[in-house]
Amino acid sequence: MAKWWDERLPLPRMMHDQFIDFPTPRNLNYLWTFGGILTFCLVAQIVTGIVLAMHYQPSAAEAFNSLDHIRRDVNYGWLIQAMHAVGASMFFIAVYIHIFRGLYYGSYRAPREILWILGVFIFLAMMATAFMGYALPWGQMSFWGVTVITNLFSSLDQVIPGLGTAIVQWLWGGYSVSGTTLNRFFSLHYLLPFVIFGLVILHIWALHVAGQNNPTGIEIKTKSDSLPMYPYAVAKDAVGLFAFVILFAWFVLFLPDYLGHPDNFTEANPLVTPPHIVPEWYFLPFYAILRAIPDKLGGVIAMFASIAILAFIPWLDRSPVRSAKYRPIYKWFFWLFLISCLALGYLGSKPAEGVYVFWARIFTLYYFAHFLIVMPIVSSIETPTKTPRSITEAVLGEDEAAGAGAGVPAGAAAAPEHR
Amino acid sequence: MNMSHSKSALLRQFASALAAVSFMAAPVMAAEGEEGAHGGGSHHIERQDWSYSGIAGQFDRPQLRRGFQVYKDVCSSCHGLNRVKFRNLVQPGGPEFDEEAVKALAAEWPNQIMDGPNDEGEMFERPAKLSDPIRGPYKNEKEARAAQNGAFPPDLSLITRARGVHNDAAWYIHVPMMLMDVITGYAEGGSDYLYAILTGYEEPPEGFHLAEGMNYNKYFEGNQIAMVQPLPEGGAVEYEENAGAKASLSQNAADVTAFLAWAADPSMDQRKQLGWTALIYLAITTLLLWLAKKRIWARVKH
Repeated sequence: MAKWWDERLPLPRMMHDQFIDFPTPRNLNYLWTFGGILTFCLVAQIVTGIVLAMHYQPSAAEAFNSLDHIRRDVNYGWLIQAMHAVGASMFFIAVYIHIFRGLYYGSYRAPREILWILGVFIFLAMMATAFMGYALPWGQMSFWGVTVITNLFSSLDQVIPGLGTAIVQWLWGGYSVSGTTLNRFFSLHYLLPFVIFGLVILHIWALHVAGQNNPTGIEIKTKSDSLPMYPYAVAKDAVGLFAFVILFAWFVLFLPDYLGHPDNFTEANPLVTPPHIVPEWYFLPFYAILRAIPDKLGGVIAMFASIAILAFIPWLDRSPVRSAKYRPIYKWFFWLFLISCLALGYLGSKPAEGVYVFWARIFTLYYFAHFLIVMPIVSSIETPTKTPRSITEAVLGEDEAAGAGAGVPAGAAAAPEHR
Repeated sequence: MNMSHSKSALLRQFASALAAVSFMAAPVMAAEGEEGAHGGGSHHIERQDWSYSGIAGQFDRPQLRRGFQVYKDVCSSCHGLNRVKFRNLVQPGGPEFDEEAVKALAAEWPNQIMDGPNDEGEMFERPAKLSDPIRGPYKNEKEARAAQNGAFPPDLSLITRARGVHNDAAWYIHVPMMLMDVITGYAEGGSDYLYAILTGYEEPPEGFHLAEGMNYNKYFEGNQIAMVQPLPEGGAVEYEENAGAKASLSQNAADVTAFLAWAADPSMDQRKQLGWTALIYLAITTLLLWLAKKRIWARVKH
């Protein structure tokens, strides 16, 4: 049967080569399970989302009621709805860990630039999808979050008078946020996950051409450096995934409201502004950057630049080694960067006043300085510590590795077509 | 409900210990620390010991029944419960009243259901059935505001999920508190807030300017609330002999809060039960997968 298929469309062959025999570095740690976890998150969001869309009414009059109806009257609707809402947060927890793992081990470096940039696009698409998804319950925070964020585009009036206003009205489908806005957000919220799905396929394709990075940042050189994906990497991925699902289930079943905002249980009311409008937690660092800049247009530019800059880091980092494990100076800056992001997240949840603004500016400054100043300079002047000659040596130690025939460069042989 | 405050007392001690540390460590930050964990008003909102608190808590059936009685006798004169249907009062996980009794209750409910048009094309009011919502006295917001001196008594169906206790603690307390809340499964901020409001009516302090028609509440944002004190000191609602508790202000307030917590989240009992099943299943599966992984990886050095 597989042979019949392979002669016509070699799908079974490809799956076998790419997901069973595929050589994975033998030293991958649990941080490498987040790729599989993210795939799970995407599929879970799509499946729960399709079910929710069967019961949801995308209109200003009925959206809030239909969500309540889903939670009260649809069989296990409360479960599906909580899985979808919590699932968005879990997706972001996983993607942030995935991104920071890539930053630490230099997974963005050649030959993985395209792989990394595709990841940045996936992240952007995720943010757009999550933002529009948060509008759909049509609660107070949905409505006012959409109002605040879409209004940001009006700052483009500072560049070309009228341009910003035109864009904002085009996004709204009118002169204010209304049911029309909700309709188009629902349509796009249903569309974008499939765009993400396509990007993920490209992301995995690029991964399987370049091969996986690993904690040493050294390429696979000999056969002993790698293990077949099945059963080794798969077994580890399964443990990581299930451990992650425990966290997921904890929030869905014990704390379904914890990651949301109580104001979203009050129906949207254009006449009543909540005292304190905050985005979902996963946008808080970017919200802090937005508000740290005293100028509106400047804030918007900084916010988008903070994500766009990620696409350029393959060329900003010039270190001879990939992994921060062997970079005694840069390592500290990596942790400083991580702390800055967490601090920005905290500051984004606070009102933009007094000491909070001061610190938001300091950490915003470091956010950009990390990529534009620290990365190029440190990577140029730093002397890396001694790296092992091969993955095998990193795993087994120098003597045994010599026995295993490591250190004989046989060319980077990740993708099976080069084997 | 046995309002033992042992758990919240412990938390309070913990919080004040942290506040004390912050006071010694950094005088500037301590000012923030003392304000820590505030609700809407200027007063610290205590965490109560609910039967449904945390990851193992479940609703207490007799308490939900008493709470419904308080809603019916007091709250329902201004507030609707439109997202809850009479039939929900019968269903498992809630007060689980007798079906015939709820049918009778629905039929006698003073706020009838607008139905129609009938064969003559007229809209008409009819008594509620099991499938109808528990309506408040007002047809719409305009009518409510006209009757209530401009104030609008909100529908209470989702009130405990639409309110919360805001964590304003200093950053170094904020993060450990958040982690504690996640681990203990603290999801009763709305209940704590509601209980605080119901028990927070006081004489305004000297020099406090209270606007016309407003009432002083130490927990409410800005301390001026349009709602008059709904539950008096002695306890407005007397319970039956076998209701399981004696009426008092705090008892009435706790009971109606618990009832409204159920109204906002009627599947909570079932959700937490499923939570334990799922966690046990996931924990065992993860363990087995980990053992399998160890065994597979034992074949190679790593």
